[in-house]
Amino acid sequence: MRETIKILSVVLLLVALLVVVPHSGSFVVLLTTRAMCFAILAMSVDLLLGFTGLPSLGQAAYFGVGAYLTAILATRYHIGLGWDFWLVAAAGVLLGASLAALFGLFALRATGVYFLMITLALGQCVWGLAYRWNSLTGGDNGINVGSRPNFGLDLTDDRTLFFLVFGFFAASLAALYVLVRSPFGRSLEGIRERELRMQILGYDTWLHKYLAFVIAGAFGGLAGVLWAHINGHVSPETVVLTTSVDALLMVVLGGAGTLVGGAIGAGIVFALREYLSTLVPWWQYVLGGVYVLTILYLPTGLMGIPAQIRQFRAANGKPGRPGEMKTLASAPS
Amino acid sequence: MSKTRRVTQLADPLLRGTLAAALSLGLSSTAGAEELRIGFIAPTTGIFAQIGKDMVDGFQLYLDQHGNKLGGADVKFIVEDEQGKPDTAVTKAKKLILQDKVHMFIGGLLASSGYAMAPVSTAEKTLYIASVPAADDLTQRQLSKYPYFIRTTWSSSQPHHPLGQWACDQGYKKVAAIAADYAFGYEVLGGFQKAFEDCGGKIIQKIWPPLGTKDFGPYIPTIKSDADAIFTLMVGPMSLQFPKQLRAAGIKKPIIGGGTSYDEFVLPFMGDEVIGDVSALMYSAALETPKNEAFVKTYRAKYGKVPSYYSEANYTTAQMIDEAVKQSGGKYPGAEPFIRTMLALKIDAVRGPVSFDDMRNPIENIYIKKVEKKTMFGYDKPELWNTVIKTYPNVSQFWTYGKEKFLAQPVYSRDFPPCKYCE
Amino acid sequence: MGAQFWVVQAFNGISYGALLFLVGSGLSLIFGVMRIVNLAHGAYFLWGGYIALSVIGATGSWALSLPAAALAVAAIGIAMERLFLRSEGFARLRTALIAAGLGVLGALAFAARWGAAAGGSLSVLVLLAVACAAIAYFLLARIPVLAIETDVLRQVLLTVGFAFLFQQAALDIWGGNNMDINPPSEMTASVVVGGLYFPLYRVFMIGMAIVIGALLWLVMEKTRMGAAVRATVDDAQMARGVGIDTNRVSMFIFALGAFLAALGGVIGGAFLGIYPGLDFEILPLAFAVVIIGGMGSLGGAAIGSLAVGLADNFGKALFPEVSYFTLYAPMVLILAVKPTGLFGRE
Repeated sequence: MRETIKILSVVLLLVALLVVVPHSGSFVVLLTTRAMCFAILAMSVDLLLGFTGLPSLGQAAYFGVGAYLTAILATRYHIGLGWDFWLVAAAGVLLGASLAALFGLFALRATGVYFLMITLALGQCVWGLAYRWNSLTGGDNGINVGSRPNFGLDLTDDRTLFFLVFGFFAASLAALYVLVRSPFGRSLEGIRERELRMQILGYDTWLHKYLAFVIAGAFGGLAGVLWAHINGHVSPETVVLTTSVDALLMVVLGGAGTLVGGAIGAGIVFALREYLSTLVPWWQYVLGGVYVLTILYLPTGLMGIPAQIRQFRAANGKPGRPGEMKTLASAPS
Repeated sequence: MSKTRRVTQLADPLLRGTLAAALSLGLSSTAGAEELRIGFIAPTTGIFAQIGKDMVDGFQLYLDQHGNKLGGADVKFIVEDEQGKPDTAVTKAKKLILQDKVHMFIGGLLASSGYAMAPVSTAEKTLYIASVPAADDLTQRQLSKYPYFIRTTWSSSQPHHPLGQWACDQGYKKVAAIAADYAFGYEVLGGFQKAFEDCGGKIIQKIWPPLGTKDFGPYIPTIKSDADAIFTLMVGPMSLQFPKQLRAAGIKKPIIGGGTSYDEFVLPFMGDEVIGDVSALMYSAALETPKNEAFVKTYRAKYGKVPSYYSEANYTTAQMIDEAVKQSGGKYPGAEPFIRTMLALKIDAVRGPVSFDDMRNPIENIYIKKVEKKTMFGYDKPELWNTVIKTYPNVSQFWTYGKEKFLAQPVYSRDFPPCKYCE
Repeated sequence: MGAQFWVVQAFNGISYGALLFLVGSGLSLIFGVMRIVNLAHGAYFLWGGYIALSVIGATGSWALSLPAAALAVAAIGIAMERLFLRSEGFARLRTALIAAGLGVLGALAFAARWGAAAGGSLSVLVLLAVACAAIAYFLLARIPVLAIETDVLRQVLLTVGFAFLFQQAALDIWGGNNMDINPPSEMTASVVVGGLYFPLYRVFMIGMAIVIGALLWLVMEKTRMGAAVRATVDDAQMARGVGIDTNRVSMFIFALGAFLAALGGVIGGAFLGIYPGLDFEILPLAFAVVIIGGMGSLGGAAIGSLAVGLADNFGKALFPEVSYFTLYAPMVLILAVKPTGLFGRE
């Protein structure tokens, strides 16, 4: 029952987004498109962090390869600007997945904070490559993706692009939702809770984690493909460490283990970085402050507020009953 | 400043009256005087925040000195923070165009920001004036993609061609080069190498420390001992550390620097070990002209530091806009006519005489400068200044090569010009 | 590549390693004791340098700036650890601090939106800040804070948030210029041995690392606190069982880590410069030391920093093509083979 309410509210929000945004100012359309693209990346990070318990600081790498692939194919080989855009999108997904498949072999040797560090190092390797491989990536000048694809739908129009990105976003959300509700997704949560138990129960936990890692890479690559066209420019800055940190931030803000939380977090971070920064110069303090406050007071993120309120009421509403042991509910139910 | 305000306030009613009269003749306008909406994109937070501040301050100083008007039009000056990221620069540029409806947007810091924002100007058909990004190809091989783009500062290789010529004239035959490993470094060294080797010199070594290197320990001992001089291109913290470490290692060879190795952004924080080091750029704060002296003194009194080329570039950009709007009859005529007007300008700027070539890049003086410790402009303490020792007038981005010939060669990169004399 | 080349490069590598030891040992100890990766460690380094600059500016004494900056940052470190990385104890102070911050932001927001209406009066803004702070305090005090000690990931993410705040604050306080710390001129000279130049400052760096390393070793091996630390690193639960106050050990180690990082910032400031962005540039280097040397091991940190210093130096000198990878590729390989670091114990 609760599940149905949640699904309905998410659908409602999506519909609202679809209806309201295109009629708002061009800048709002732009910001929302960018936020939705990052939301896909954030949701892939959530798959790893919230559901599998793997904190990765290197997801920007897959985002970057998707973006660079799109940019290089478009500028050098003129591929991807017509109907073959869909081919490029598929290629981006595959490339992201392949890179994750390679990196996963290294990264999954570690867990916890060691995993954090090794993914950081891997991400930095990709950054270094983007910087140094001048002939391919244009080095620090980056690559300008000249024009947007036109396949009946001309993506040069910002609003049309919005609808396309929305489509990908909604589809990703749906796909990931189905994934985490499947037995595979449940096993991931089991691994997050207590990997040893899962191993005793006979699960190949390494394989599960590896698959999750590869899937996250795939979605990261997809987000990258979209980003190349939304931003029109790809540079090593896209693959820099702070992008990965931002993605993690978005998930923590919105609520780890909720999928939608990542999207909400993406919206907030973008609103702060790209909108609040146009209003006041001290927006960095707001960003840092929101972050610190969320971790301290809302460990389950914004999506976890209803559950926290419920716990709070349960603990304080009945006198004579000592406060319940507040465990960190990783997935509000 | 208040004096100028009062003076322009006297002139204002006159201007307003004239315009009101013009308006009453049925010209459509919503305000009294013409409004010029200018968007300015600079990093005001993040690691480049100080440079961004210099950029804004330079432009703002000109506005303050001219009653916040350019060419007679009231200026609405909107500054947006690009945070040192090209992706954010794109968003802010679009915000300025779509939401604030600016007539033009100016700025960007990094070459990548310049490259990222140029297509925005094409897509939105809005003028983009790059007042800092120096990437060569923006006004060379890539220019045709950006019809609404103009640069008012310098291209990376532009000051370094004459520097190469100067190096030959000093009698240097073999030069070892150490430059930051990124596109700007390639283009700066490329310009120097081309000119230097064309007049008989030889680059015998190229070392590329990664951008941001501060410990040059691995690189300094590998510098070839038979070099007559060392060419360096350093940026930011690299500029501070390299000369110190080179001299501490006992190497006394003369240093020839690229524009950012000793510019006024880093010079105040350097020590006496850089005295005698040479570099080249289109500006030096030690330029002994009345115009520059006034500029340096006013800027320093107001902002507490000697202006760097970031400040001068934006101050002069404001001056150019002022002149162009004036010639357009006090209002913004649209991007294409405005660009044509700008290209025809001949400005007497703080940096000297500036005009434009047909690829929309300035033609200006290039100054070969040497660091000296002295008192200047009536300041009582001796400080480090970039004394101008030679001026090359009317230097364009193509130097003496001619546009066609220059564009036929590939853009300067890590491998071009090739290091023929490197062992 | 004569003997000269190898000697000079080795010397350079060792001196660089000396600086890394200062930065990395603190991070390693913090991890060993508290199991958290302090991502604000780079910010401590940066603040150490900036505070030293202020001290030098105010007193003209470089020698004074070393302990002054290190102690100041240690104090900041203690405050951060006690207030934010623990949920009990100083809860009220923490809430008050956060409320004060929110109050200031609220007043700033008001000024941004309706500043003209208030006439820009400072007292109005201050009053507003106090009012906002009071409201914030009232609200925040009502929200229970989940025990943060138990969740390592949360603590790590918290340090990231602080790293951002520290970075912005440093920019607002000291500006964004690329600055340099100037040690006394005697130290900028070079010692000439056998025709080779050895900058005295690098010798100083090596000397300081050895002295600090020795002092740390003495503390760890010969004092009771040191024994408590080593016990906690080995097995925190056991240590608690034996009656060691791991809480106090955490505080001590965090302060020590911050102290060392700041000291590194002052010493490194004359070598690397002090500028915005240095905090996130030095962080991966500190990581590299901890990874290679193993978390929680002082001896490991010494070996790790030496290894990183030499490898980075020789890597760049001999294989300049892969300069960007001389740090990260080995990190990946080592972590993949031995996830707790070369000398780590788990």
